[in-house]
Amino acid sequence: MTTQKHPVGQHPSLPPPSNSVGVLYWLKENLFNGVFNSLLTICSILLLINYVPPLFNWAIAKADWIGSTKDACSKEGACWVFIRVWFDQFLYGRFPSESVWRINLSYILAIAAAAPLFFSFVARKVKLALIAFLLVIYPIICFYLYAGGGFGLQEVETSRWGGLFLTLVIAVSGIVLSLPLGILLALGRRSSMPVIKSFCVIFIEFWRGIPLITVLFMASVMFPLFVPENISPDKLLRVLVGVILFSSAYMAEVVRGGLQAIPKGQYEAAAALGLNYWKSMLLIILPQALKMVIPGIVNTFIGLFKDTTLVLIIGLFDLLGMVQLASTNQKWLGFTIEGYVFAAIGFFIFCFAMSRYSQHLERVLNTGHRN
Amino acid sequence: MNDSSVTKSSTPAKPPFWRDPDKRALAFQGVFLLLVLFVIFTLIRNTMVNLEARGISSGFGFLGTAAGFRIAETMIPFDTSSTYFDVFLVGLLNTLKVSIIGVFFATIIGFVVGVARLSNNWIVSRLAAIYVDTLRNIPLLLQLFFWYFAVLRPLKKPEEADSLFGMIFLSNRGLFFPAPVYEQGFGLIVLAVVLAIVGSIVLKIWAKKRMEATGQRFPVFFTSLGLIVLLPLLAAVATGFPISWDIPELAGTRIKNFVGGQVLTPEFSALVFALAIYTSSFIAEIVRSGIMSVSKGQSEAAFSLGLKPSWTTRLVIIPQALRVIIPPLTSQYLNLTKNSSLAAAIGYPELVSVFAGTALNNTGQAVEIMGITLMVYLFLSLTISSLMNWYNASKALVER
Repeated sequence: MTTQKHPVGQHPSLPPPSNSVGVLYWLKENLFNGVFNSLLTICSILLLINYVPPLFNWAIAKADWIGSTKDACSKEGACWVFIRVWFDQFLYGRFPSESVWRINLSYILAIAAAAPLFFSFVARKVKLALIAFLLVIYPIICFYLYAGGGFGLQEVETSRWGGLFLTLVIAVSGIVLSLPLGILLALGRRSSMPVIKSFCVIFIEFWRGIPLITVLFMASVMFPLFVPENISPDKLLRVLVGVILFSSAYMAEVVRGGLQAIPKGQYEAAAALGLNYWKSMLLIILPQALKMVIPGIVNTFIGLFKDTTLVLIIGLFDLLGMVQLASTNQKWLGFTIEGYVFAAIGFFIFCFAMSRYSQHLERVLNTGHRN
Repeated sequence: MNDSSVTKSSTPAKPPFWRDPDKRALAFQGVFLLLVLFVIFTLIRNTMVNLEARGISSGFGFLGTAAGFRIAETMIPFDTSSTYFDVFLVGLLNTLKVSIIGVFFATIIGFVVGVARLSNNWIVSRLAAIYVDTLRNIPLLLQLFFWYFAVLRPLKKPEEADSLFGMIFLSNRGLFFPAPVYEQGFGLIVLAVVLAIVGSIVLKIWAKKRMEATGQRFPVFFTSLGLIVLLPLLAAVATGFPISWDIPELAGTRIKNFVGGQVLTPEFSALVFALAIYTSSFIAEIVRSGIMSVSKGQSEAAFSLGLKPSWTTRLVIIPQALRVIIPPLTSQYLNLTKNSSLAAAIGYPELVSVFAGTALNNTGQAVEIMGITLMVYLFLSLTISSLMNWYNASKALVER
């Protein structure tokens, strides 16, 4: 029999049993609770052991980092020399290298103007001024910086734009212009005027029903037929028009979801205050509706960003297009995988950052609508 | 207060017509309609002028003329004397084939990964999360290129192909495997399969009726499985296995390739891989959110009623989760179908690649060909969404 050392009722608290704390408990609870789970765990670990070390060896340990020609590659691992040599082209396409500073300047301007928006201590008026600058003046500056011509800057044709730079140009202008158009279409689809409503329904359903590739084909083949013969719009411009119309239809459906979620009382209250249609929309309905559909909007943005790669099919060289061009270069055959990994990482960073930022925004803006 | 003032205030004075909302709406719509008509008219007139200047006659007559080029993969007989209408059919059938197979695999992979993401096994759920986060954030075209240019094209040449049992060959020209050749008496096996399927359906209806009347359950699944396996097997034994196999063989003198058998070309495989894997990462998230939307109380209630876990999943959780899953799943199926047009980038002969690409370049009939292509996609979209709406309605919550 055990001897009792403590008087009744004065037993000191004991540590929890060893099978309910610590690493062992966590392992048992999360990896080995039951036969099936244990099997799954073992299979997954075997899978990881099989694939992760070779991948690490290929990408880092046995990879070649230094050099400037194909001969520097030992072929035992990845040859990152390929990326180094082509890096500038991946970023800027065939933009003349002496003018690349113009693109960098526009990036720096954008970051400098956008950064204060993320800090809460900056005054609201300053923020509004910065937003106005970014939306109105900045695009004009950018256009001048990129296209050049006049005021001492050398002219650069859009056919020389490329790489990540072109991806950003298409994606950002698509994003910025498709949102207002999408909002207008969504409002039109919920309008009580039959002509406006049916126009918007047909417009939205048409663009949502066809693949982006056919839109791009139309931009490159049909668009020249639609305009008078003496006007031949720039290829990039045609593509931009197509992309904007295409994504505005998706944006419209997202915004419509938000509009439908606003209780009728909000519309009635706005009318009771004597606000007219545009005022009640801009001041009461849209701020609430857009806040609600931020995840959907960002998802559309991410989709648009990924879809910009399709422009390579009609002969514009975005980031993926440049990688494709480099990997079919006679001097650099056989480095396809390295190129794709680089492009994949590039796209992943942008898309993942956008999705994380939208989750953050959702949390910050979550100011109610629980009940 | 006299009567006249009451009547006066109950019918407010009509605003002047330029402030009357109804009339303003009418005027606004009229102007808008005129504007739209003007734009459409201008576009049509420009197109007519441009077409005339280029000497292209409009009309659908070109569909009947011979195309004069070859297509690598066709589901219907096709040679250089086939017409442009055949080109259209080949493209359409290939689009449908890729879409259906892609949807099938995307759904299976998506459901497995979605459930794995919710697993209480830490490693499995992390792996599923990495799968989803990586594949969702990489453009589909990049994944397609990866499968085609980095994985399937660099495989060995046909003469050095890896083989399995000397019958299945993997090379850079595709995966070749034996094709069945049906001989006399094969019809009986087909008949047996049809009979087994009909029998299973009848059995299921009968079992459901009996369960509703008496509460007794019947092992429908295993009986049906037995029927579908055994009946054709019996028929095959009775007719003496009327199937022979056409085994692929290496042929050709300078450029060698396999002839005979069935082939999965690298273009087709890359397209199906890319579409299925990319879409599955989206379906996984949809499945996860669907299952998470069923509140825990539902499964607790089912357990307290004495249902065993497998019945709880099948009868309580899945029907409720499906309600949340189906609408976004529909749009993923639509996306997959539309994304199959990326085949144009690797040369798989589907609608956009072969009809809106090759045929358009050869004939120059841009308006007609783009028109037909767009109509096909709009029709496909409408069909898929109405099918899924019908399925959705059959699964919808039945309320008072």
